[in-house]
Amino acid sequence: MLRFIVRRLLQLIPILLGLSILLFAWLRALPGGPAVAALGERATPAKIAEYNRVFGLDEPLWTQYLRFLGRALRLDFGTSQTTGRAVTDEFFTRFPGTVELTVFAMVFAIGIGIPLGYLAARKHGSWIDSTSVIGSLLGVTIPVFFLAYLFRLLFAVQLGWLPGSGRQDVRMEATHVTNFYVLDGLLTREWDAAWDALQHLILPGIALGTIPLAIIVRITRASVLDVVNEDYVRTAQAKGLANDTVRRRHILRNALLPVSTTIGLQTGLLLSGAVLTETVFAFGGVGSTLREAISTRDYALLQGFILILAVVYVLVNLLVDVSYGLLDPRVRVK
Amino acid sequence: MTSAMTSAMAGAVPVLEVEELAVTFTRRGEASTRAVDGVSFAVAPGETIGLVGESGCGKSVTSLAVMGLLPRRGVEVSGSVRLDGEELLGASDRTLRKLRGADMAMVFQDPLSSLNPTVTIGTQVTEVLYEHRHMAKKDAVAEATDLLDRVGIPDPARRLGEYPHQLSGGMRQRALIAMALACSPRLLIADEPTTALDVTIQAQILELLRELVLGSGTALVMITHDLGVVAGLCDRVHVMYAGKIIETADRHDLFARPRQPYTGGLLASVPRLDAGRGTPLTPIRGSARDAIPWAEGCAFAPRCDNAEDDCLTEVSGSTVPLEYDGPGRELRCRHPLQYPPAAAGATASGVPR
Amino acid sequence: MTASLGDRRRERIDALAARAGALPEGDGGVSLVKSAFRRLRRNPVFLIGAVIVVVFLLVALFAPWLAPRDPYAQSLLSEVRQGSIPGSREGYPLGVDQLGRDLFSRLIYGSRQSLLIGVVSTVLGAVAGMMLGVLAGAFGGLVDTLVMRFVDIILSVPGLLMAISISVLLGQNQVSLMIAIAVTQIPLFARLLRGSMLVQRDRDYAVAAQALGVRRRNVVLGHVLPNSLSPVIVQATLSLATAIIEAAALSFLGLGDPDISRPEWGAMLASAQSVLSVRAELAIYPALCIIVVALGFTLVGESLREALDPKFRR
Repeated sequence: MLRFIVRRLLQLIPILLGLSILLFAWLRALPGGPAVAALGERATPAKIAEYNRVFGLDEPLWTQYLRFLGRALRLDFGTSQTTGRAVTDEFFTRFPGTVELTVFAMVFAIGIGIPLGYLAARKHGSWIDSTSVIGSLLGVTIPVFFLAYLFRLLFAVQLGWLPGSGRQDVRMEATHVTNFYVLDGLLTREWDAAWDALQHLILPGIALGTIPLAIIVRITRASVLDVVNEDYVRTAQAKGLANDTVRRRHILRNALLPVSTTIGLQTGLLLSGAVLTETVFAFGGVGSTLREAISTRDYALLQGFILILAVVYVLVNLLVDVSYGLLDPRVRVK
Repeated sequence: MTSAMTSAMAGAVPVLEVEELAVTFTRRGEASTRAVDGVSFAVAPGETIGLVGESGCGKSVTSLAVMGLLPRRGVEVSGSVRLDGEELLGASDRTLRKLRGADMAMVFQDPLSSLNPTVTIGTQVTEVLYEHRHMAKKDAVAEATDLLDRVGIPDPARRLGEYPHQLSGGMRQRALIAMALACSPRLLIADEPTTALDVTIQAQILELLRELVLGSGTALVMITHDLGVVAGLCDRVHVMYAGKIIETADRHDLFARPRQPYTGGLLASVPRLDAGRGTPLTPIRGSARDAIPWAEGCAFAPRCDNAEDDCLTEVSGSTVPLEYDGPGRELRCRHPLQYPPAAAGATASGVPR
Repeated sequence: MTASLGDRRRERIDALAARAGALPEGDGGVSLVKSAFRRLRRNPVFLIGAVIVVVFLLVALFAPWLAPRDPYAQSLLSEVRQGSIPGSREGYPLGVDQLGRDLFSRLIYGSRQSLLIGVVSTVLGAVAGMMLGVLAGAFGGLVDTLVMRFVDIILSVPGLLMAISISVLLGQNQVSLMIAIAVTQIPLFARLLRGSMLVQRDRDYAVAAQALGVRRRNVVLGHVLPNSLSPVIVQATLSLATAIIEAAALSFLGLGDPDISRPEWGAMLASAQSVLSVRAELAIYPALCIIVVALGFTLVGESLREALDPKFRR
């Protein structure tokens, strides 16, 4: 198992190197080059020349790349032009919010998706089945930001049931330790703060969770349909096992293998790109920050965020592979 | 005369009695097919019977119907299946679950796909013990080790922690047999247990099954298309074609003097060492798909060399009946193979008509 | 009166053969593609999807004739006020948008942009991805490793981020939008075609052709590639749906067409957000168009997959 993990980690190195080259090239190719990226579009030519000299942009490309790589390894991506803070600091204050949102969305998607997918498969051909098939088709075709807007309009603006923007009520004056607001509230025993932060997660979380939900329902259904016809399920029944044992140990354990991969991939995607939903709910996580960076052309921030998020994404995928190995003994041995 | 062969049972109370079992599959929008059509047989303790036929003749469906493992939707089962006198058709799920794995067990054809790939062998053996014998964990593990040892798996304690893909084909089948035998069932159904295995392993598995049956008084139903298996293992043989039993005989009788032309054809299709080099094999023409419905005559008639006009006509509303054909023999045929009295084998107990 | 047994038996077998021949079977001499289409024709899911796709394609094609008004003309601007936008009325079946333009006509013209972006970016992505896939699948070895590493790198950036980076790099215009979406599709097609070629390459028929002395290039191009294409075709259909949705998302993020007066569903949807509480229909109609078209392509893709995938063949 350990060797498997180490091997997968080693495989990451060329990918991450390639990615860094890509992003380096990206920054160089931007209109105006890295100086503009760092100083902003309104920088004077004198300042740009100054910047180029100081940062050695007149040196050969490969020295520049090595320097860029060195800085990237130290998580130094310069400062954001809009906030003046270090890009890395900016990222780590924003990221916890995105993580909370992702966790909420995935819990929602898994909690409903797996039981529904299982039910649809077991009642193959029934109305539950056709409804969930149609629902999951709709789930992937509805533009997320449209759904987010609808939720906000309906439940926040018109009905006023739930907060429709931000991560916490600004009047809350909550203490923040980890920047995971719900967790902070629990740690500091400010229960109302935790509750308030949780409420702020509901609407964006559900909107964000619809696509994973749709996909999980589909995969679970298809997978259970496959597994139910497997010989080993018949063997289990021939052994006279309790229905519950057959269901858990022999059907679900195997049927959930492909589902677990999907869950991992979706989690990785949400962590890195809740741009749309976060924007609609002005959530203040990584996604809405990225959106602002696009409109203000804050290249340093964009570059830093994209590189870090890609690393996060790759690591999550690694985690998926490893956990798949834990779940499926056939992979583990190879 | 259609009931079970009382003569063969000679005193012993049968473990399994199947009477007039019929299984019909109906699919939406399609004509229903009768996969098993009035099958009757019985198995006594310690006895081994063979259900023989080509794929699609209904032998596997019969076994699944006995175990109550056929899907409920689109399947209609009628007749009677009694295990130690208790009627199984129409019994509740609960009752069947209690019997399956405990009093009747089954070994399947493909040992790899019949084992759960993500669960250890140990768990797959012990779960039967927990379920039916309510053992404590320690006892169950000890018992499982013992079971694997008994079916000839070396180093059983280590194997318990392994997964199916880590075992060889023969070992997997042994493990499956161990699971089936975990509760010393009264009835064991083996559905083509050696088909997916190498020849050398086949012999080992058959030998294992024979020992286990002889030792414990378990009734064994052997489902196979392989006449070699029948010759080596079965006391009595039922040959099936298109959902019906067409010939029943003791092993020796059947091999010495097959009466149904289909049985004769099956035997003639097997290469024989003593046949001399020039002798061609005589295969049966066509395939099982060429069967006609029994209601229109003998299903085998289109492929039969002995067939005559009356084979294709039903007699007084009934199909060709299964009739007494000498002691311990039954036959469904109007124009069976004939043998001159002198040529009858040493074991011949009945005289051909 | 009675026919001889031989005749009757022959009759029976003929009837049986006729019955067997009537079954749709791949091995009965009917080509795979033909039998796939025979299955498709009877599949209601495919029919619904196909009708949706065809209708929208026709609408896009004949937009100038179908649209009742000029989609750019701000004919009812005088009636648009803070907090009130005119709804459906004579000559304006769905009312007007916040700039007084006929919504119905804009939706009709919008299909052109949305379908164009979807088709062009999918074709671009599919062609580029397939070229990489063929390279990897045909040569194997070092080429395979290099190509697949490159694909992995693209894949290591989540799709939307990749599209954003490329849009930012290439500037805000339609072409860069299409390229951005196309690039996100590349890895999928490359991996799919490579994977399916690897499977086909080891099939007996390919090995047999090679054993018979057919040149490798001809085996790959003549046998392996054509047999590997069906998953790619399926994916392309499904990707059309994704591309249209993704285009809407990029428009929403301000990375779409800089000419915001040009009717395009994503942009219409995005710009309607500010007046959502005044007239939600302005967002709902373009969203519905996106959903229905995406659904159409998805249904076609899924039923194609079912028809072509041997796993589903019973």
